[in-house]
Amino acid sequence: MADSPHLDIRNLTMAYGEIVIQENINFTVNHGEVFIIMGSSGCGKSTLLRHLVGLIEPSFGDIFVNGINLWKAALEERNQIISRNGVLYQGGALWSSMTLAENIALPLTEYSELNQKQIQEVISYKLSLVGLAGFEDYYPSEISGGMRKRAGLARAMALDPDILFFDEPSAGLDPVSSRLLDDLILELRDSLGATVVIVSHELASIFTVGDNSIFLDPDEKTIIASGSPKELLKKSSDPRVLNFLTRKT
Amino acid sequence: MSTNTTEKYQIINSEGGLLLQLSGNWRFQDGIPDIDRLLKQLLSTKPEELAFDCRQLENWDSGLMTFLVRLINNCKENNIQTLQETLPTGVQKLLRLSFAVPERKVTRRAILGQPVLAKIGNVTIEMHRNWNDLLAFVGELFYGFLNFLRGRARFRYSDLFYQIECAGPSALMIITLISILVGIILAFVGAVQLRLFGAEIFVANLVGLGMAREMGAMMTAIIMAGRTGAAYAAQLGTMQVNEEIDAFKTMGISPIEFLVFPRLLALIITMPLLCIYADFMGIIGGAIVSATMLDISFFQYFQQIQGFVPPIHFIIGIVKAGVFGILIATAGCFRGLQCGRSASAVGFATTSAVVTSIVLIIVADAIITILCQLLGV
Repeated sequence: MADSPHLDIRNLTMAYGEIVIQENINFTVNHGEVFIIMGSSGCGKSTLLRHLVGLIEPSFGDIFVNGINLWKAALEERNQIISRNGVLYQGGALWSSMTLAENIALPLTEYSELNQKQIQEVISYKLSLVGLAGFEDYYPSEISGGMRKRAGLARAMALDPDILFFDEPSAGLDPVSSRLLDDLILELRDSLGATVVIVSHELASIFTVGDNSIFLDPDEKTIIASGSPKELLKKSSDPRVLNFLTRKT
Repeated sequence: MSTNTTEKYQIINSEGGLLLQLSGNWRFQDGIPDIDRLLKQLLSTKPEELAFDCRQLENWDSGLMTFLVRLINNCKENNIQTLQETLPTGVQKLLRLSFAVPERKVTRRAILGQPVLAKIGNVTIEMHRNWNDLLAFVGELFYGFLNFLRGRARFRYSDLFYQIECAGPSALMIITLISILVGIILAFVGAVQLRLFGAEIFVANLVGLGMAREMGAMMTAIIMAGRTGAAYAAQLGTMQVNEEIDAFKTMGISPIEFLVFPRLLALIITMPLLCIYADFMGIIGGAIVSATMLDISFFQYFQQIQGFVPPIHFIIGIVKAGVFGILIATAGCFRGLQCGRSASAVGFATTSAVVTSIVLIIVADAIITILCQLLGV
């Protein structure tokens, strides 16, 4: 298991009906790597993320998680693989009828054998990691968008997942929170060996945390560059990639 | 879950002070050791410092972090210094992140245990606020209506036609089904009693009068409250959640004129038409029972209705339907615009819209009935 890449994407085609979003996507994400999916708006980054987390079945191609083909595995096995993912959605996607504590408690109650007291302690710890200590009893509608996002991250981390997916994690966060989030991503990777896949536009974060990356292009409908973000900035000769990484028009 | 704490941690009295020896796997899936015993022990000895020995520590995750965060917090409260540099580097970094933003004690709220008087007070304030909001809404609606009469109301006629289509033709199937069934029920109930007196032919009067004056308008209103009023609340509520209503306001466009007015006009136009249709369907339902159970021919049945149910009863029903339409649209749109910013608030707004509509329909029906009685119609 550990020898195979954590994620292996082969010849993936993403389409909505007849409309192809991206095709012939090939890349691997190794264990303990922070992997960035980049590209201009509307190129299909979030759609790719939804494929990787098992929300959308590929039109063509395969997604291997730890060597297991996600969509050819039995339903039970697929559900088991998916439950080991932690996902942070763009808007946090917190369940609005539950308090922050209840949002984090749900996966812990469903998938761990901790008692209520222990669950409360884990909740306090997870919220403190994202700078929300003391907000346990608040409903999502009672906190700001940035706080909702951080609470969504605490929920995504509830079960110490093997792999964390982030959809635009820094968007809507103040610079300090954004920096703390970057530190947290690196710590999760270094301390717990978690693999992290991030869809992002935020250049500062991309260069701070990214070990490896791909760049999707909406016109060519495939990957046009791959490698470490810092390397891409130094070595890429593609003007689309350079313009993106240097914020030129 | 019972956890053998002695296997996971041990307190050792060393020369330099207390030493907490951590060993084995500290994964939270295996359970988090109970910390209370350790805290009691620490408080009884009250050391100045607590160091950690992690040489035998194997795999760890949030299980260890949760344990340490609580331990360090307790030590801080009791002025015991924890020597965190004796912990693994990864643990130290996560602890630093965890303590980077201090807990905001004031933010933790007591949500339970509110005294009864406070609850009554809050409910009263809420009701007062609701009433003020409703008055303001009706005022804005009236102002919008004046603008409409002066040809200044800003809304798209395409929206109005769309709302008419949604509220009218799309509702015909359900109105047909319910009205025929109501007609059948009325005829059945009447037939059982009237048969005792050999007066079966008056089933036509009962169904005709009942549908024209009361049940046609009432059943249409109840259906439209559940169907269209709820939809209005959900649509406007979701727009509130997505800040679409705010976008109208910041552009200087009144959401009342642009969103509420087409919906209100659509129901004012369609409700009387649906009521006429429901009256007719209910009467057909009665005819089916009369023809099959009471040996009254269609001709006799309709002739009886024509003779004993004058048009004024139909007109009263149609007027009621128009009033009910105004109430349903007002309640649905009011609750939708009043909606909070979450998915559960949309659910609450929808439920509230239906309940408000039905209560208003019944109250209005009673008032109109009394007025008709006073006017002798």
